[in-house]
Amino acid sequence: MSPPLLGVECGTRDVAKVTGSSSLKESPDGLSLGLKERNYLGLSDCSTVDSSMVSGQSDPEAQVNKLNTKATELRLGLPGSQSPERGLDEKLLFPLLPSKDGIKSVVSGNKRGFSDAIDNFSDEKWMFHRPDEGKQSLGQGKFPTSAVINVMIASRPSGPQQPVKEVPPKPLLERSNGINLSGGENNAPAAKAQVIGWPPVRSFRKNTLAAASKDNDEVDGKPGPGPLFVKVSMDGAPYLRKVDLRNYCKYYELSVALEKMFSGFTLGQYGANGTGGREMMSESKVKDALRGSDYVLTYEDKDGDWMLVGDVPWEMFIDTCKKLKIMKSSDAIGLAPRAMEKSKARN
Amino acid sequence: MAYSFPEEVLEHVFSFLHSDRDRNAVSLVCKSWYEIDRWSRRRVFIGNCYAISPRAVIRRFPEVRSIKIKGKPHFADFNLVPDGWGGYVFPWITAMASSYPWLEEIHLKRMVVTNACLELIAKSFKNFRVLVLSTCEGFSTDGLASIAANCRNLRELDLRDSEVDDLSGHWLSHFPDSYTSLVSLNISCLGSEVSFSALERLVSRCPNLRSLSLNRAVPIDRIACLLRQAPQLVELGTGAYNAELRPDVFSSLSGAFSCLKELRSLSGFWDAVPAYIPAVYSVCSGITSLNLSYTTMQNPDLTKLVSQCPNLQQLWVLDYIEDCGLEAVAASCKDLRELRVFPSDPYEEDEFDIALTERGLVSVSEGCTNLQSVLYFCRQMSNAALISIAQNRPNLTRFRLCIIEPRSPDYLTLQPLDAGFGAIVEHCKGLRRLSLSGLLTDRVFEYIGTHAKKLEMLSVAFAGESDLGLHLVLSGCESLRKLEIRDCPFGDKALLANAEKLETMRSLWMSSCSVSFGACKLLCRRMPRLNVEVIDETSEVAESRPESFTVQKLYIYRSVAGPRLDMPDYVLSMGEESPDLIG
Repeated sequence: MSPPLLGVECGTRDVAKVTGSSSLKESPDGLSLGLKERNYLGLSDCSTVDSSMVSGQSDPEAQVNKLNTKATELRLGLPGSQSPERGLDEKLLFPLLPSKDGIKSVVSGNKRGFSDAIDNFSDEKWMFHRPDEGKQSLGQGKFPTSAVINVMIASRPSGPQQPVKEVPPKPLLERSNGINLSGGENNAPAAKAQVIGWPPVRSFRKNTLAAASKDNDEVDGKPGPGPLFVKVSMDGAPYLRKVDLRNYCKYYELSVALEKMFSGFTLGQYGANGTGGREMMSESKVKDALRGSDYVLTYEDKDGDWMLVGDVPWEMFIDTCKKLKIMKSSDAIGLAPRAMEKSKARN
Repeated sequence: MAYSFPEEVLEHVFSFLHSDRDRNAVSLVCKSWYEIDRWSRRRVFIGNCYAISPRAVIRRFPEVRSIKIKGKPHFADFNLVPDGWGGYVFPWITAMASSYPWLEEIHLKRMVVTNACLELIAKSFKNFRVLVLSTCEGFSTDGLASIAANCRNLRELDLRDSEVDDLSGHWLSHFPDSYTSLVSLNISCLGSEVSFSALERLVSRCPNLRSLSLNRAVPIDRIACLLRQAPQLVELGTGAYNAELRPDVFSSLSGAFSCLKELRSLSGFWDAVPAYIPAVYSVCSGITSLNLSYTTMQNPDLTKLVSQCPNLQQLWVLDYIEDCGLEAVAASCKDLRELRVFPSDPYEEDEFDIALTERGLVSVSEGCTNLQSVLYFCRQMSNAALISIAQNRPNLTRFRLCIIEPRSPDYLTLQPLDAGFGAIVEHCKGLRRLSLSGLLTDRVFEYIGTHAKKLEMLSVAFAGESDLGLHLVLSGCESLRKLEIRDCPFGDKALLANAEKLETMRSLWMSSCSVSFGACKLLCRRMPRLNVEVIDETSEVAESRPESFTVQKLYIYRSVAGPRLDMPDYVLSMGEESPDLIG
């Protein structure tokens, strides 16, 4: 069932607002489609709004009224250029390059074709289907098959006109799905370049967090009580957690805490209703699972090696531990000997 | 007219009008009202320092006491505006120094303030009372020393989020011993340690001190004695909130907090150690504003603290709060009006830490009926959740959602999030500010253009498919004042077709879009009262760029002052040099 759509009132006012975006007439001469220049308000000249320097905008009511009566056709061209008169049917938006691709339904199978869309388009109407209020569906998310919407989508240019390609080579993510609506299949580029200014977090905030989450052993020259967060992940669990190693003084405490933290997960399966595992399995079951043969706790040390937890004294452990991982025992078989060798080498 | 109220009466009536819009409307009624308003206007707000010259403001409003000026575009906060772009306040200060001797308040946002400016302020305005420098830069603690030493009537010194060249903490000691009028001090952005004894003496001799935001360098064991000197505090920002747990420090802190009967706002808590958090429990019932966005504290301590604040109206927190914490907020903080959830690890590349999801926001939207303002960073979103939120909270006025991965679809259906945001603009008829994220087609702009009639500010990133998107917004959003766009396939057509709209707005920012050099020049020729500035950091000479060259960054704003004269090399003004029309 489609998600609730937006109903649009069919007053002329709204039509005027969205005018021109409703259909796309194919034209043979592409961009130079005889667009006559008009200004936004349909007036010949937009005089100064107000002499008051610090005032806000002009009276919106007047603007709206103008829009009611004038066609807000979109025109393009230098001042003074002549163009054949277009009908006042206000259906033309941008005379985008006609292309076969534009006609195809590109989004998903339930979109109708371009010509169907034009046939269904009615004068002066700009209808969205308004489904019954209150009905929502979690899963479906299909878009409505409204002709009008199809037209808009279908008018997307393609080929050399595609704007994305013109975007200068700033350090954008290497993504191909910017224009493609076909969903999440192209969601994972291999290399993630960090985009400048994204996510939009102020530098002040970023710097504060960066300083806070480092291993801050030193405060005023003394070993400080700052937190020592490391990430903990578990095979088969969809998300990882962070623990502050300073909260514990020995392995047993850490182990108990981790068991509690990850006890929401059935072994290797995520909770079916996706509540993040807040329903608890019985703790004892999980303990057995964790302590028994199925899982072991491992950590990645400063050298990038994965070691079994428990081989070195606690103090040394928190000093070298960068990450924790709850691994299946079968995956951890090769670890123990290396751990022993390493600690021998250190000692 | 044969009869009229005497001017004094009209002036008195006008004094009840506080909004600029109302006063502007009044000034349009007739010449005499214009004059009365002009001479009695005491507060001026300049949304864009380049929209008008200081001279022109002074000429129109000769008796101003309080001025607020904004400089750089909003995206400067995210490093999209290169250094040296502009926003210098010095010309304003010099002009006002000679014309507004009775100026009391200066509020600046995103401006470059030098020590020379601060010195000039300090010596030019005898009754100077309030200095707020929000996200400013360009000055050092030496400039602060001038302010401290000379402004005898200073009430407020607020440096929120500014970048200060922090040479030493000594500046604070420049407040003379005779100075007792401090009401509000915010030094949270400063790095170095201020002299604690100077701070303590300052606090103890200022009986009207209401708001004190310390910086990180003030250790936790010193807070208690400060608080004891100022039990009348309404707002407190602690410094670092970590130490080895010592019972004496804890009980001292606890006791000090319990004396703060007026406290309404808490912030700071850098590096907070959970063990010390219970020291603030005694004030929680009165707290209306809590900013924990700099603390690394996690659940359960974090949720426990927040749930103790039933009168909370404003909560800023990191995503450590998680969905479960937000559920607790929804249950305990029934008067919540503003929620901001920031990402603790914005560049997390490993498996997602999705303990904070869209569910947290949905819970809050259900439980907190007064919720109006949302800023939410998360890693997944669905149309269904957005629709729920919209239906639950039609009273939203600000909705900013940042799904961290650009172009993320609805994670349940893999569809674009057009319908979700569409529901937001449809239901929240009073929406004034909106930031979009996730996978979005042109359709979302159709919804916005159709429904978002009160929308004043829109931020768009990695969205849309064609010029149609931009056109729909520019032609549909009647109240639009600020539009900022990055990495969207919007280009010349929409811009040129809506040229006149741009003069009804304060500004338009477009970066990494598809606007051509030629279109910028054309736009500028058609709209003489728009400043069209192209930012281009490549080394090519301006004249050699072809018309089809795609500009990197574009900033367009209306102005009656003509092109500005302080542009750096990499900013090109598209217009010919025109004299300042007003003089």
